[in-house]
Amino acid sequence: MRLSRITNGRARSVPLEGVEKAATGIKGFDEISGGGLPRGRTSIVCGGPGCGKTMLGLEFLVRGVEEYREPGVLLAFEETPEEMTKNVASLGFDLNALVQKKKLFLDYIRVEPAEIEETGEYDLEGLFVRLQYAVDSVGAKRVVLDTIESIFSGFSNESLLRAEIRRLFRWLKDRGLTTVVTAEQGSGTLTRHGLEEYVSDCVILLDHRIQDQISTRRLRIVKYRGTRHGADEYPFLIDEAGLSVLPLTSIALNHKISSQRISTGIPDLDAMMQGKGYFRGSSVLLSGSAGSGKTTMACHFADASCRRGERCLYIGFEESTDQVFRNAGSVGIDLHRWVKKELLFHHAWRPTQYGMEMHLLRIHKLIETIRPDAVVMDPISNLIASSNQRDVRSLLMRLIDFLKSRGITALLVALTRGLDHIETTEEHISSLIDTWILLRDIEQTGERNRCLYILKSRGMAHSNQLREFVITDKGIRLIHAYIGAGQVFTGSARLTQEAKDNAAALLREQTIAQKQRELGAKRRELESRIAALRAEYEAQEKAMEVTIQQAQSVEQRLQLDAAEMATSRHAEGKQSEGPHKTNGAER
Amino acid sequence: MKSNGQKARSKAQAKAGGGADSDIIELRLYVAGQTPKSLAALANLKRICEEHLNQKYRIEVIDLVKHPQLAQGDQILAIPTLVRRVPQPLRKIIGDLSNTERALVGLDIRQAHTSTASA
Repeated sequence: MRLSRITNGRARSVPLEGVEKAATGIKGFDEISGGGLPRGRTSIVCGGPGCGKTMLGLEFLVRGVEEYREPGVLLAFEETPEEMTKNVASLGFDLNALVQKKKLFLDYIRVEPAEIEETGEYDLEGLFVRLQYAVDSVGAKRVVLDTIESIFSGFSNESLLRAEIRRLFRWLKDRGLTTVVTAEQGSGTLTRHGLEEYVSDCVILLDHRIQDQISTRRLRIVKYRGTRHGADEYPFLIDEAGLSVLPLTSIALNHKISSQRISTGIPDLDAMMQGKGYFRGSSVLLSGSAGSGKTTMACHFADASCRRGERCLYIGFEESTDQVFRNAGSVGIDLHRWVKKELLFHHAWRPTQYGMEMHLLRIHKLIETIRPDAVVMDPISNLIASSNQRDVRSLLMRLIDFLKSRGITALLVALTRGLDHIETTEEHISSLIDTWILLRDIEQTGERNRCLYILKSRGMAHSNQLREFVITDKGIRLIHAYIGAGQVFTGSARLTQEAKDNAAALLREQTIAQKQRELGAKRRELESRIAALRAEYEAQEKAMEVTIQQAQSVEQRLQLDAAEMATSRHAEGKQSEGPHKTNGAER
Repeated sequence: MKSNGQKARSKAQAKAGGGADSDIIELRLYVAGQTPKSLAALANLKRICEEHLNQKYRIEVIDLVKHPQLAQGDQILAIPTLVRRVPQPLRKIIGDLSNTERALVGLDIRQAHTSTASA
């Protein structure tokens, strides 16, 4: 009756799943198990000592009460309720309060072989009675039996115990109780007493491994009948907020993508990316050799984020908060004010302080609480140093997935060693990166100069230029690319080349001026010669005119003289002619 | 509340030499309903007490079906369970008490009986 009612009630919310799930409320676990533990059935949680079995069970109960309004019962065989309450108080679980509110029932079952004498037939009806009483008194939907195997130490009749355990699981199932049974891991078997034989619905294995002195807890769903589940080993953590399971990879690549662009904090660098900067929500890798200005560039980005009024989380694995701020201040970036305005959050810790998973979880938590728009991690290469590449890749992949799913822009800083491997060292993460800016030193004429170029930037037309940049007291400034004789010049080589070119230009200018002057002189000379010729010509013309006039006046004189002579001679013969001429002259 | 003293009988200890009057054995038998095992246990217990106990004793039968909350106090898991509360230390015997020898060992009175017999 109860089972069917629950089934009907829940079926509507999860119509596609064949097996009903009871959400555990444990971070990440519901995700990898497709919704939680099988509702109304028994699950086994097994593992070695100290692997977190009890913690998982307790969190399942407490979250069940607090988040899913499902009261629970804990039957503890190893710890008293007082001990248990104290143990989980550090996780913020107040068991006493839940017990007083009648939402949780704690019962401690002590099995002490020394006190028990067996005489004849018996069964474990007492356990059933107590469980029934506990379930009834709070109306429990969830039950945790913390290491039921302890009863094997108290009773000698193993076949009877097995029959009773089988009966117990049947009993729990019949009542529709979602149950977690914890069990110690045996050598070569999942549980020491083979309990997994009786529970066929769900078996979860917890593991606690030490590698390079750093411990990592892992969880694996060995079996989950009727459910598609993640089969990997998932790292998990127990910290002040309980258990968190970290799914290795998110299920699908379906992040919402923003086409909004945000400034890099350096206008010149923005200009290299269509004048707009990074895409919002993209992952950016800044890699470069030591002292190439990576952190300064990251500070610029953080500063730019805060200027837009966005929240930025800066995680340092190398430098302390004060050191980063001081150094940023020395290049004219005041990060303190953003901290005061609660826009910038700087957290620094050593990469060796935790295992990979703890790092990831801590970052997750900071992101959950701060909810930043941008995250800077400086440098991720230090993480690489503390673990193997596969782990780092998996960590970064999960982290980037996580950030992308939330539309958070990620700026990762990586230190590269040596110039030869400058592009290969990050190959294991390059595929995760949208925009990759490489900073490098160029050695030339006895000095190192800083250069940057955009190795790749998905989805935008970006500059392919190798640009020199300098770090001034006003921050990073890109210098106009100086390209001559087929190569880029940097630093003083650039200055020298510039000077050389300037000198050559000056020389050319002088030559032109000289030529122009010469031409002017030529023209003037020509003009003066023309003037001289003209003057000569004019003089000659004048002289000629005078001569002509003189000649004309001589002719007139001669004619006059001839006429006068004729008149004086009175020449008759000339009378007939004379009147004509005279007449004509008179006329 | 408790189905107290269903059977509480004392046996005159005329033969007993050094037994003090206050030396009462308090026994509590936990059962769950009228199952064959429970009935057998009670019958066996009465028989053992009659035959072997030369002290005062008191038997209290608790039915956990009626009073489940009482199971917690004496940490009852197996049914039937016989608990010797007094004298200390507390001792527990589980099963239907069909094995008299073991029951006596469990109750720690075999020794007393044999010593009485030999004396």
